[in-house]
Amino acid sequence: MSSILDVLWLLIALPLGSAVVLLLAGRRADRWGHYLGCATVAASFVLGVLAFLALQARTDRSVEETLFRFLGVGSLKVDIGLLYDPLSAVFVLLITGVGLLIHVYSIGYMAHDSARRRFFAYLNLFVAAMLLLVLANNFVVVYIGWEGVGLASYLLIAFWYYKPAAASAAKKAFLMNRVGDVGLALAIFLMFANLGTTSYSGVFAGVGNLSSVTATTVGILLLLGACGKSGQFPLQAWLPDAMEGPTPVSALIHAATMVTAGVYLIVRASPIFNASPTAQLMVCIVGAVTLLIGCIIGCAKDDIKRVLAYSTMSQIGYMFLAAGLGGPAYALAILHLLTHGFFKAGLFLGAGSVMHGMKDQTDIRRFGGLARVMPATAITFGLGYLAIIGLPPLSGFFSKDPIIQHAFDRPGWSGWAFGGAALLGAGLTAFYMTRLMVLTFFGRRRWAAASGGQLPEPKESPWVMTAPMGALAVGSVAAGFLLSNADALSNWLAPVVGAPVESVAHKLEPLTVTWSVLGAVMLGVVIAAAMFARGTARSEPVTANPIVLAARRNLYADVINEAVFVRLGAWAMRVLVFVDSRGVDGTINGLAAVCGGTSARLRRLQTGFVRSYSLTMLVGVVAVILAFSLAVFR
Amino acid sequence: MIESLGAHVAALYSAKPGSVHAPSIDYAALSPILIVLGAACLGIVVEAFSPRRARRAIQFVLAVAALLTAGAAVVWQAGANLTTASGAVAIDSAGLFFQGSIIVLGLLAVLLIAEQKLERGGAFAVQPAGPDRSVSSGTGGVGGTQGAGVAGGAGGMASSESVRVPTNTEVFPLTMFALAGMLLFVTANDLLVMFVALEVLSLPLYLLCGLARRRRLLSQEAAMKYFLLGAFASAFFLYGVALLYGYAGTVSLGGIAGAIAHGPSPTLGGHASQTLLLLGLSLLIVGLLFKAGAAPFHSWTPDVYQGAPTPITALMAACTKVAAFGAIARVLYICFDKAAQDWRPILITVAIVTMVTGAVLAITQTDIKRLLAYSSIANAGFILTGTVTLSAAGLSATMFYLVAYGFMTLGALGVVMTVRDAGGEANHISRWAGLARRSPAVAGVMTFFLLAFAGIPLTSGFTSKFAVFSAAFGAGRLELVIVGVIASMVLVFPYLRLVVLMYAAEPAADSATVQLPGGPTRLAIAVGALATLALGVAPGPLLQLASNAAHFVA
Repeated sequence: MSSILDVLWLLIALPLGSAVVLLLAGRRADRWGHYLGCATVAASFVLGVLAFLALQARTDRSVEETLFRFLGVGSLKVDIGLLYDPLSAVFVLLITGVGLLIHVYSIGYMAHDSARRRFFAYLNLFVAAMLLLVLANNFVVVYIGWEGVGLASYLLIAFWYYKPAAASAAKKAFLMNRVGDVGLALAIFLMFANLGTTSYSGVFAGVGNLSSVTATTVGILLLLGACGKSGQFPLQAWLPDAMEGPTPVSALIHAATMVTAGVYLIVRASPIFNASPTAQLMVCIVGAVTLLIGCIIGCAKDDIKRVLAYSTMSQIGYMFLAAGLGGPAYALAILHLLTHGFFKAGLFLGAGSVMHGMKDQTDIRRFGGLARVMPATAITFGLGYLAIIGLPPLSGFFSKDPIIQHAFDRPGWSGWAFGGAALLGAGLTAFYMTRLMVLTFFGRRRWAAASGGQLPEPKESPWVMTAPMGALAVGSVAAGFLLSNADALSNWLAPVVGAPVESVAHKLEPLTVTWSVLGAVMLGVVIAAAMFARGTARSEPVTANPIVLAARRNLYADVINEAVFVRLGAWAMRVLVFVDSRGVDGTINGLAAVCGGTSARLRRLQTGFVRSYSLTMLVGVVAVILAFSLAVFR
Repeated sequence: MIESLGAHVAALYSAKPGSVHAPSIDYAALSPILIVLGAACLGIVVEAFSPRRARRAIQFVLAVAALLTAGAAVVWQAGANLTTASGAVAIDSAGLFFQGSIIVLGLLAVLLIAEQKLERGGAFAVQPAGPDRSVSSGTGGVGGTQGAGVAGGAGGMASSESVRVPTNTEVFPLTMFALAGMLLFVTANDLLVMFVALEVLSLPLYLLCGLARRRRLLSQEAAMKYFLLGAFASAFFLYGVALLYGYAGTVSLGGIAGAIAHGPSPTLGGHASQTLLLLGLSLLIVGLLFKAGAAPFHSWTPDVYQGAPTPITALMAACTKVAAFGAIARVLYICFDKAAQDWRPILITVAIVTMVTGAVLAITQTDIKRLLAYSSIANAGFILTGTVTLSAAGLSATMFYLVAYGFMTLGALGVVMTVRDAGGEANHISRWAGLARRSPAVAGVMTFFLLAFAGIPLTSGFTSKFAVFSAAFGAGRLELVIVGVIASMVLVFPYLRLVVLMYAAEPAADSATVQLPGGPTRLAIAVGALATLALGVAPGPLLQLASNAAHFVA
């Protein structure tokens, strides 16, 4: 019986086909291209829902499908195969669902851009690559999807490539992702070298045979890859710059889906991490450090999208922290990923709506009082805001609170460290998000004309933009409760990450943790409201506070990158250039000169005279006959 | 014709002189050859009796239909493994694979030949020896110097008149005769039939080479050279056949193989002289290597490829190559496999010399068609690398390579047809400078073909080279692999130089422009490009087919 689960490849093929059509059809597709883009993603979403229902009806809850052999060299055999299991199913729904909303939103947002068709082509390409990433059944196919989303992200950040900032942001994202990708590639090489396979089933079955050093190395390399894609410390600097792309891109790729690929990878590779406590500890450290970095810098930024970008970074830090804790926390990482997908995408779309009204300005110091003129945006944005700070009973509460709880439960000093960091992060999140909310939507109108422009006259965005925002707001409100009620998500994911177990002993009483978190959040909200209720200066105040200065400069991440990667790279390159020009080029040029000289001389044999040609042939014949005669007399 | 040939062969073989009886002929097995041959004969009738206006359309449809039918017949015969016409023709899986390749590539070549939009009246001269005012290049077709500036001629005059330009339609039956000869050539199981097929395929090609509408002298010179040198090579071939008959007392491939294995059969006569065998073999091989364009029997290739009308160059580069290597493979695998230790070192040397010659001489070429000619010589060397291994892997790699190379070179020459100036095609590569600025699509397609020639992964150039080199490596012929890889690397230079020229150089004021070709040419280029891509990305099915088909009937 053929069912939806036999044609999973359609999920990927539809948006991919649409991307190809949109790219090849040229201007002819300008009028209907965006509808095709939306329709294919909608079709994928419907297929995703059907597949989800079909999977629910099955008992084994895992479907593998081999499409064709991709590589068959020696013992390396890689099939293009798909794996549809509870984890993939959740991601498929997230990617196609949020993707569909953002596609619809983009119709309105990009309406005045002459390259809208190209935009939808890239968005479709992204959706296809991301689906391939989460549907793969081996690490090589994951890598293909991994590079595919990287490419789409690069193309979309640089969508307005004529803006120098966008072009250099795209380059930065590309290069920093490369560093991470090398980690993923090395991890795959190590798996193949030690286990002889790259398929999930083969690798996970063989993890027990790996030495602990190998398992740790593979885990840390995977973590490096995840850090690059997810904008985690120390590869975080590209993510805020990526906000130079169109806002729907920020919402879809750099908030809801692509940047969470790192979390997916770690949860998917949970058997490897389970085998190496050291690697798990590394994941926790990366998560905790990043979540603090994101919060601190987020407090000092005045660009609405950058604040949200640092917020994304810090929320993904929470997910990494959860993934690193392992066991029941894997499901929490995915839970937070899903709720974050809703509220962060909603916040970004709200930011886009604000920018739409404010003539593409992004400085929150020049907003204020927008709730009056953009009520729908303010309400949806506000719901997202309440969700992200973790106010019960909105989504963020159900996903963030248990993560902090589990962080405290970690035995030893690390529990206190990670739990404390997560708690502090929750308070800081409340602070900077309240600041963003208050400065944007409430208080005095501090509107100012952009350089050389007119004073903006903000008004509510069209329904094609507000409707997706509304849908995401509903998700921000309800998703957390629905997914965590009676451990719905944990049970669903149990076949992949292991069944949820009730923690035997909590280090701290759950209620204590919850109340401390709520206390920290309230503190953050109150301080921010008190500080910014009267508005703020229109320009950055002068300060000597070293923390603020550091935060304004992104905690010197760019300086460190410059010193470590760029200078070192430039120095290594100069050495290589020297070796190349003196050593390699010398040899090659010499050989080339020999070839060229020979060619020029031999060319004179090609006289054009039949008589000399036949002489050449005759010489050849004589040579052949002589050679054969040698064979006879030998 | 086949029937009479069969009768002739039967008469040769019949034990009792005088009692001639017709041999049994499996017409179904011969149907691909018969269909194409029939279409060629029908084409002559059309030429004589159809109205002038409709002639071209009829000829074109006839040729395409015949090739499609013949292709269907090949598919229908798939799996056949028999000899017919008294063992003179062998229809086996390898032979059918070669036949299928020739038909598919021939079909694309016919599409190029049918091009009318680039040049009024097509690329072919109507009067075989019309008035010619083109600059005489003397006897010297000295490498690459005569390409530019030779224009005018009958075509130039004709196109300046606004009246209807007469079209040469004889090219279609001539092409069909050549293709029929090739189809027979790759299935000939008997040296005499092979010789007849060789002549059937060669004579129309000699004519076709001389039919260019532009640069008449160059074209006629090419035809003359090809004819003289071809006759020279045919003489070697025939002499080789005679010596081998003297050795084995028979000209059938199986009979000679038997004689090598067990000594000449007493009923047939023949002298068990090793000298006769090796002398005959060497002369036979020379004749075949000439057609394949292997060094040192390659000298005709650049001049003829350059002078011939470009669609005919494409036909020769793609189809003749398949035919020549089909015959070489059959002769080596069926007939002389037991004498391999004698000929293999020699053919390995030939392969090495061919690769090196083609690659090194390609560096200094300034004419795009001559560049492709030297590239085809080098490729002949690469193909020979697979063939001389005498293994099933080598044979299937050879078959795959021939198809992949055929698509590539057809497509590239199709692109060459579209880059033109007032004097016809602009073949000097300096005229291609900055082409990408004016015609990014054409430059892109050409770049793709050049990358495929260079053997970049994801093109069929990579998979096919990988196939032959791995076959050679598997057979322990490391020297071939090393020289082959070096030659491929050297060849990357001339290919990429053209790419750089197209993209990086400023277009000169008199740079050539791209004219939009007609539908058939566009189709041929598109098919060539798609096949090159498909065989590079997913070579599996064709490799599988080739390896299933890598079998000759003994």
